[in-house]
Amino acid sequence: MTLLGTDLGEVAEFAAQHAYLAGVPLVLGLLISLPLGWLALRRRWLYPPVIAGTGLLYTIPSLALFVLLPGILGTQILDPVNVVVAMTLYTIALLTRTVADGLGSVPDHVRQAATAMGYGPVRRFFAVELPLAVPVVSAGLRVAAVSNVSIVSVAALIGVSQLGLLFTDGFSRSAMGPIVVGVLACVLLAVLFDLLILAVTRVLTPWLRAVRA
Amino acid sequence: MIRLEGVSKEYAAGRPAVDNLTLEAATGEITVLVGPSGCGKTTSLRMINRMIEPTSGRILIDGRDTARVPAATLRRDIGYVIQHAGLFPHRTVLHNVMTVPRLNGWGRARAEARAREVLEMVGLPGDFGRRYPGQLSGGQQQRVGVARALASDPSVILMDEPFSAVDPVAREGLQDDILRLQAELGTTIVLVTHDIDEAIKLGHRVAVLRQGGVLAQFSSPADLLAHPADDFVADFVGRDRGYRALSFQHADVPVHPEEPVRLGQPLGRRSEEWLLAVDDGSRPQGWVVPAEVGEGPVRVEHLHRAGTVAPVDGALRALLDAALSSPSGRGVVVRDGVLAGTVRAQEVLSVIQQAPRPDGASIQGPESASATGQRP
Repeated sequence: MTLLGTDLGEVAEFAAQHAYLAGVPLVLGLLISLPLGWLALRRRWLYPPVIAGTGLLYTIPSLALFVLLPGILGTQILDPVNVVVAMTLYTIALLTRTVADGLGSVPDHVRQAATAMGYGPVRRFFAVELPLAVPVVSAGLRVAAVSNVSIVSVAALIGVSQLGLLFTDGFSRSAMGPIVVGVLACVLLAVLFDLLILAVTRVLTPWLRAVRA
Repeated sequence: MIRLEGVSKEYAAGRPAVDNLTLEAATGEITVLVGPSGCGKTTSLRMINRMIEPTSGRILIDGRDTARVPAATLRRDIGYVIQHAGLFPHRTVLHNVMTVPRLNGWGRARAEARAREVLEMVGLPGDFGRRYPGQLSGGQQQRVGVARALASDPSVILMDEPFSAVDPVAREGLQDDILRLQAELGTTIVLVTHDIDEAIKLGHRVAVLRQGGVLAQFSSPADLLAHPADDFVADFVGRDRGYRALSFQHADVPVHPEEPVRLGQPLGRRSEEWLLAVDDGSRPQGWVVPAEVGEGPVRVEHLHRAGTVAPVDGALRALLDAALSSPSGRGVVVRDGVLAGTVRAQEVLSVIQQAPRPDGASIQGPESASATGQRP
């Protein structure tokens, strides 16, 4: 089956790879941002360097990162691991501040009450602080998801297989069809990521709906 | 018993927040720490459950040095009620109350049964358990906060400005509930407030702290009002202390019979200036003016509600207030909520006049109980 002269089977294959290259770093980036954000909030003097440092990661051009990483990691230039690592860095850049602010949004009296109940720092983090930071973290995650879907396509320039190949293909053949299909597929993928994050957030925050009702 | 021995806390060298505080909070009593902001009262409270570590001195609970107990373990044995309740917004009321029993390793079913029990005790039965804190009023949230502190049946509860963020009506109800629960359970409570009226109402013993965390006076509320240790305490307990001291004085005051009218029924031939209206259970509802009622039955909109109502065996302060606030000049007194008669300001005053003056060893009236621990 084809659309605008583009094989949809191939598009689906690209889309799956695209989702993997954007999605896995989203999860990895979140897992790394959590301790970083927690640390930035707990140790006040660490906040400026950690937030500024992770923020700076986002200013490194993606193409430069894709080209540089194989040298640093000792991987092949076409290895998708390069893309996963690069996208994880971008996710950390976007999420660390969000995580710190999300944890910081937990009211002081709630945190104190948790301590006074006899929660140790680790249990308090998972039982009280993290659940309450979910709405803020989820907002940051939605931005990171869209950003990842968009940036991954640049990896087409170094030949890593995903939806971005439709753009390079369309460009080299001067054909609009693959470019339009590629854009549509990227938008669709970003929307799916967004809906998935919204759904998970909804499940994790029943109290927000109860209070609004 | 909680004993603070020479406890100090310095955040910056040479500027103590709490300075060499020695204090005993007796078992089964409410000890109140009161003072202006910056007097170290909250710091003192938080050193008891080690939310703040003292710079020097030690704190013993039932003879056990708290510094030798792991902080988290210590805290699970001490209830804690905080201003704004500090409930977990993401957990239902029931799960909030189950927190400490669960931390203490109770099974889910046992913790849930206990949570329902304590919620009932604070006046939040059944359905409330399923709600989230954001769905409750400030007063209800604070009730949950109290229930949460009671849940694991601790022998000690710390309360940090528990009612200061609650509206005045809810606050009074909460204070009465705390007095009732404490009397029932015999829990040792240490409560911090900046409100001297709350301190006097709740405390068996009241510790007044001054700026810099120095203990100014530690005595019973009645003694505090009668014998302020110095100008600072005298200033702090305030201008109305002569009147407020009447809260601790009980004496027999002549009760005059009062012929009430019933809500929903006509006045008949009654034509006095003021008549007291009662409901079907003889509970006083308010005063009415016959000219305003006319021929028909007495209705709710005829009521003048200015007068306060005092228990017939109440403190002289309540009796005098009933007489002074009544539009008819007749102060309404009740027994178990049912009309018992009325009292006159003049006669309450003459009883006060005959009672011993506050410059004696005690300001207690002849009818009252022991000088320490007497409740308003």
